[in-house]
Amino acid sequence: MLFFSFFKTLVDHEVTVELKNDISIKGTLKSVDQFLNIKLDDIQVVEELKYPHLSSVKNVFIRGSVVRYVHLPGAAVDTALLEDATRREAASQASKPR
Amino acid sequence: MENLSLQDLPPAGGPNHVQPPPGGPPQLPPQELAWLTEASTVRTSTEKLVLVLRDGRKLIGVLRSWDQFANLVLQDTIERTFVQDVYSDIVRGIYLVRGENVLLLGEIDLDKDDYIPEQFRKVSAEEAHAMKVKEAKEKQHTDKAKAKKLHSLGFEVEHTGEILF
Repeated sequence: MLFFSFFKTLVDHEVTVELKNDISIKGTLKSVDQFLNIKLDDIQVVEELKYPHLSSVKNVFIRGSVVRYVHLPGAAVDTALLEDATRREAASQASKPR
Repeated sequence: MENLSLQDLPPAGGPNHVQPPPGGPPQLPPQELAWLTEASTVRTSTEKLVLVLRDGRKLIGVLRSWDQFANLVLQDTIERTFVQDVYSDIVRGIYLVRGENVLLLGEIDLDKDDYIPEQFRKVSAEEAHAMKVKEAKEKQHTDKAKAKKLHSLGFEVEHTGEILF
């Protein structure tokens, strides 16, 4: 759930989502859910002419499982805080009885 | 949360909806709307969408209904194929799409409705299909060669055996 919370802090920031089929879509992150499905607004496709089917689209819903990378705005990420939270989550998961 | 009124849904409801008894409330109780997580659904039921399926097909139609799995009903659907510098449309009608096949959903901006970049020329469905098949064959060939080369260098190729466009 850590990354769900993390992505929620990035709502309204501009991100670029790279899909497993190599399309990169830049847009404003509008919402994210527990599966890391993503909604983007005011989208712009990098290399638009290669993917013409998105040329009249303004916002998209992307299934979480097809996302390869999300390029984040560096300024919006508190790396130290994220590292800390990741460690804490890992520690809490390690101590959990299975 | 956005406006989640289901008032304007068609009477048939979604694929998993039970039609309320006659005279019953036209709107679902709030607990049945709990699955409408913010990112997993689209707001209203009359939007024109482009839907990219897992097998790479692109469907353009009017969204009429959906549920929490992104199972969708599309009306007046056309299938648009782009190959190199041409495209073709095939009229398909009504679609019920199982959610797992949905890769991407895009709402079409009605200001730029049906805008296709100028360099794309419309051809017949058969012509586009033939080109697509040819292109797919070539791609398969080059992918195989690439995978072989990468494998010899100790790399494993991503999503092998999975169809992804």
